[in-house]
Amino acid sequence: MIQADLNIILPEIVIAVFAMLALLGAVYTIKDKAAGMLIWLTAALFIALAFWIGTTGSGTHTAFSGMFIDDGFSRFAKVMILLSAAAVLVMGQDYMARRGLMRFEYPILIALGVVGMMMMVSAGDLMSLYMGLELQSLSLYVVASMRRDSVRSTEAGLKYFVLGALSSGLLLYGASLVYGYVGTTNFAGIIEASDGRAPLGLLLGLVFVMSGLAFKVSAVPFHMWTPDVYEGAPTPIAAFFATAPKVAAMALFARTLFDAFGGIVTDWQQILAVMSVLSIFWGSVAAIGQTDIKRLMAYSSIAHMGFALMGLAAGTEFGVQAMLIYLAIYVTMNVGTFAFILSMQRDGLPITDIRSLNLYSRANPGRALAMLVLLFSLAGVPPLVGFFGKFYVLRAAYDGGLVWLAVLGVVGSVIGAFYYLRIVYYMYFGEEGEALDPPGSPVLWSVIMVSAAIIGLAWLPGINLFGIEGAAQAAAATLVN
Amino acid sequence: MENVLSITTFIPLIAAAILAIFLRGEDAAAQRNAKWVALAATVVTFLVSLFILFDFDPSNTGFQFVEEREWLLGLKYKMGVDGISVLFVLLTTFMMPLSIAASWGIKTRVKEYMIAFLILETLMLGVFMALDLVLFYVFFEAGLIPMFLIIGIWGGKERIYASFKFFLYTFLGSVLMLVAMVAMFSDAGTTDIPSLMRHVFDSETFNVLGFTIVGGVQTLLFLAFFASFAVKMPMWPVHTWLPDAHVQAPTAGSVVLAAILLKMGGYGFLRFSLPMFPIGAEVLTPLVLWLSAIAIVYTSLVALAQQDMKKLIAYSSVAHMGYVTMGIFAANQQGVDGAIFQMISHGFISGALFLCVGVIYDRMHTRDIDAYGGLVNRMPSYALIFLFFTMANVGLPGTSGFIGEFLTLIGVFKANTWVAAVAATGVILSAAYALWLYRRVVMGDLIKESLKSISDMSGRERAIFAPLVAMTLLLGVYPSLVLDIIGPSTEALISQYDTALAQGGTDSAVQTAAAAN
Repeated sequence: MIQADLNIILPEIVIAVFAMLALLGAVYTIKDKAAGMLIWLTAALFIALAFWIGTTGSGTHTAFSGMFIDDGFSRFAKVMILLSAAAVLVMGQDYMARRGLMRFEYPILIALGVVGMMMMVSAGDLMSLYMGLELQSLSLYVVASMRRDSVRSTEAGLKYFVLGALSSGLLLYGASLVYGYVGTTNFAGIIEASDGRAPLGLLLGLVFVMSGLAFKVSAVPFHMWTPDVYEGAPTPIAAFFATAPKVAAMALFARTLFDAFGGIVTDWQQILAVMSVLSIFWGSVAAIGQTDIKRLMAYSSIAHMGFALMGLAAGTEFGVQAMLIYLAIYVTMNVGTFAFILSMQRDGLPITDIRSLNLYSRANPGRALAMLVLLFSLAGVPPLVGFFGKFYVLRAAYDGGLVWLAVLGVVGSVIGAFYYLRIVYYMYFGEEGEALDPPGSPVLWSVIMVSAAIIGLAWLPGINLFGIEGAAQAAAATLVN
Repeated sequence: MENVLSITTFIPLIAAAILAIFLRGEDAAAQRNAKWVALAATVVTFLVSLFILFDFDPSNTGFQFVEEREWLLGLKYKMGVDGISVLFVLLTTFMMPLSIAASWGIKTRVKEYMIAFLILETLMLGVFMALDLVLFYVFFEAGLIPMFLIIGIWGGKERIYASFKFFLYTFLGSVLMLVAMVAMFSDAGTTDIPSLMRHVFDSETFNVLGFTIVGGVQTLLFLAFFASFAVKMPMWPVHTWLPDAHVQAPTAGSVVLAAILLKMGGYGFLRFSLPMFPIGAEVLTPLVLWLSAIAIVYTSLVALAQQDMKKLIAYSSVAHMGYVTMGIFAANQQGVDGAIFQMISHGFISGALFLCVGVIYDRMHTRDIDAYGGLVNRMPSYALIFLFFTMANVGLPGTSGFIGEFLTLIGVFKANTWVAAVAATGVILSAAYALWLYRRVVMGDLIKESLKSISDMSGRERAIFAPLVAMTLLLGVYPSLVLDIIGPSTEALISQYDTALAQGGTDSAVQTAAAAN
């Protein structure tokens, strides 16, 4: 029995054991000198596991009496998490080395965070949900303040911790209410007890659980930590925050809502729709005045999470599929964009002011073009892949009866287009100013180029988004039934 | 050739890729190569597109040269042309070599400039050939990116403002169309344009938030598409991006904008609004007609007051597009034929006028009307060509401008006499502003010191104008050349529209049908 259960969570065990062994090994031997090697090792492990999970898994299995679910949906999310975490680890290496942040704890904490995320997307019980969430969050709190000697980095970590703890509290309180009214923390039990009729206490619990989760996906009005944390944390870590944890949190959101509260869709649909439209608008409007590209990306991620929530708010299988596709596209775009941000430096120091991009296109036409593609894709302009992500979620929202949400969403996206265009403006139309350093690392170059190529070309007939549509559909089908 | 449409569409894109990958350096040789590659690619595209024209069968009112491939989400990559779209394809391929030739004087970032124009050509051709709703949207919207860059990088002093305004205005218009497309996809279960033309969208009148929506879903869908196409056309009062964009864009950018990009709006009305939402169109026809009439009179008056030559011609474009929308929504044979004719002819004439401005702008680097005067003394052949196109713009019989205006006015006269009466004053006003512009720039004595040494048109410039003069005259004296191609398709469009109104219908449509019986 236990043997079968352990088999199901083998990937998580592998990473956890790897992290602990690496910790022991590094502490007792060469410490920080091992960091570079560890980063590559961790990334390699992530990629290997992503392939393993992506190619071998089949069917739906539950372990530990329903606490842990391994199904198509969780595998899809895990592959996304692992691949994006690997990409971010690899591309941040150069930056960390230059800033003297090559600590061996960094890849280990990321690995532990990834274990937490994998737990999250496989959670089948409010307990395992909380366990995964906290494992992830605690790792992230620490990496956010990796630069111990920088006030902003520690401030970012502290802010993240305090607000994160608050949201965990909300979530726990909600979980206790849910438990109180249905008598179980197991998702399967909750959905059975709440089918079609929801006592007020359960609804209250649902609202608290959703608030806690909304904090993790940084949906308005639970977004206020995002810009500060992105700005304060070292850029590779901000890149990490923008990708894997967002996927994990959205997947967990979907898992909780459909597996545990799938009987009362109309009750949570309204809340999600309102959060979605607020996120899109606030993410677009608040970014207009920003000149720090990391803060910009923070607001951009808020707006994008709004669109992902739009898919979820539809409350249908197609909605979940749309959300998964949207997330995959979002992650690809963000990896590329952050790789670009990582390559921005002057005199060896990182620069995050978009005004420093003055006529960047003249010195580095290739990179500027790649960034142009990514930015227009973030803005959702066809034919770039970002547009197709929006098309999917809009269709889901429309089919789910949320026409008003679709209309407001696209209007918000026009406002958002303005600040992406502003970066294009600095890169292409600006006045020639003090130039940035010539970009060095070939790893960054290839990450930018590959992601831009995917974003620019994957929509072509014949490539069809690499068949992700079918995979997402299968994943969504296992979640919603 | 099996895939002649795809081949035509993607030749420029391939040329752009070749330029991007293989051409290195910024020296004079590289610049010359970029120009020649771009010119060669656009000429080849034009030659290939002639095959489409020759093999086109005007009597067949369906889509021809159809190609189809699977795509994402049950969408299709589907291309095809019918009598309505085929001439726009030709117009595009015809204008592009001229635009490239007109850009010979570009000195900064020549390679990127040519790439942007080549990509733009592919996207514009795609718009006119796409037979899938989303494919159409992709081409339609993607064109914003190169145009944004063309205005923003190679534009005039206020280029940043103009490029942002251009982008955001048109983007806002078309995202509403995107939602409508999603709705149509859900409702009809397909994005195939020919199937959607046969699909009947619900037209039951209903209430939303206390508003009674006559014509129901069709009216809403019509409005969403209208938001996009009206901005693109542009129609009064959402035309304000156009003068800014025109004034700031480089000459070739203005030419492409006026000659081709504006036509996408009119094409959209013909391809989507009339055949797919006939009842919505009928409900809103009075609104569109009056907006067009206001556009004609108001923007003509505004044109009279302009100091900047390009701005004046831009306002005159808005006025001429007013005839187009008016003709389309007259929804009879003369009106629609005239609208298409007017679009083609305006493509040649406004393109030529912007080129005329470009000729003297290249010499004097100002577009201010007051900076000129008496050019006829130094530039006789320029004066002749400018006169010819001024007259064509006014609608002098014998030029193509006359046919378009005349047909649309007949069409509207049959549909709504008052609108026709108001719009007819536009003919006089256009004569006023165009001739006055000509007098101030070309006639009189050459008294300005700066103009004393201005030179007449070069061989290259003459060569650019020659085909435009030829086409304007040819279509002016032999309009059947165009009308025979578009006639059967527009006839089918009108009869389909009338049948749809007679069958389904708003209450009023049902009543009129009942009364007729």
